[in-house]
Amino acid sequence: MKARVHVHLKNGVLDVQGVAIKHALGTLGFDGVGDVRAGKLIELTLDESDPAKARASVEAMCKKLLVNDVIESYAIDLVA
Amino acid sequence: MQAAVIVFPGSNCDRDVAVTLEQVSGRKPHMVWHKETEIPKVDLIVLPGGFSYGDYLRCGAMAAHSPAMRETVARADKGVPVLGICNGFQILTEAKLLPGALLSNKTLTYICKDVTIRVETSQSLFTNAYEEGQTLRIPVAHHDGCYSIDEDGRRELEDQGQIAFRYCAPDGSVTPEANPNGSLSNIAGVFNRSKTVLGLMPHPERLADPLLGGVDGRALFESICGALV
Repeated sequence: MKARVHVHLKNGVLDVQGVAIKHALGTLGFDGVGDVRAGKLIELTLDESDPAKARASVEAMCKKLLVNDVIESYAIDLVA
Repeated sequence: MQAAVIVFPGSNCDRDVAVTLEQVSGRKPHMVWHKETEIPKVDLIVLPGGFSYGDYLRCGAMAAHSPAMRETVARADKGVPVLGICNGFQILTEAKLLPGALLSNKTLTYICKDVTIRVETSQSLFTNAYEEGQTLRIPVAHHDGCYSIDEDGRRELEDQGQIAFRYCAPDGSVTPEANPNGSLSNIAGVFNRSKTVLGLMPHPERLADPLLGGVDGRALFESICGALV
């Protein structure tokens, strides 16, 4: 199965990329855009087929390497 | 004083810092490749500047898990002093040897210029050859140098005297204009709680010889040498 890990800067941590994107959108005439947050998507293909085990394993990967919990938060989606 | 410099794929200040260490201590540092699981018995471990692993994932994230870093963390836990410069600082935060994290510069640009920093304390093995409040001219060269930490963490750094250097104006005043990268409270370098680990974004090894146009960075290495003789 596949796991998608969405990584974002935590709320309260200034996202300078998001600010730049918002500014560029405004310049292009797209009005009405509020806060913009830019994150990243990490897609993993896993041998594991048990969703609970897969989730636990990806959680461990996030804590160990994929995410820096000082500045980032994350969400995991499992795709069969 | 015998030092070891850890060399990662993408390190590019390893030679500069080795030259400075040898000039100041009179001893050639051991150059330790990141894949080494053993580090010779040394008085100081240095993580140099550069772009380890191409800054993939996050600056310093990959390097923080390399075999030589596992040994560095073990040594640091035993009290062996560790100095991280620029990418070395990023690696130290990723390895959790130092609090906080380094984000993209607020300008979203790579910044390469001399800045003025203020010595916040001379009470450490890394800064004892400076005066408290002394200003130094030191180059920075980074894209991800915006120091970030939550409010509790910031207060703890202040209370414990763990802020080593702050970006400042030439007269020593800490102002938003003097902050090149948006770092919280103008923080340019921090210690761990026991002040045996220092990380800083500026490059003291790049102004440690008159031929380089200045020697303001040299006293950092002299501090260490004096403390560890």
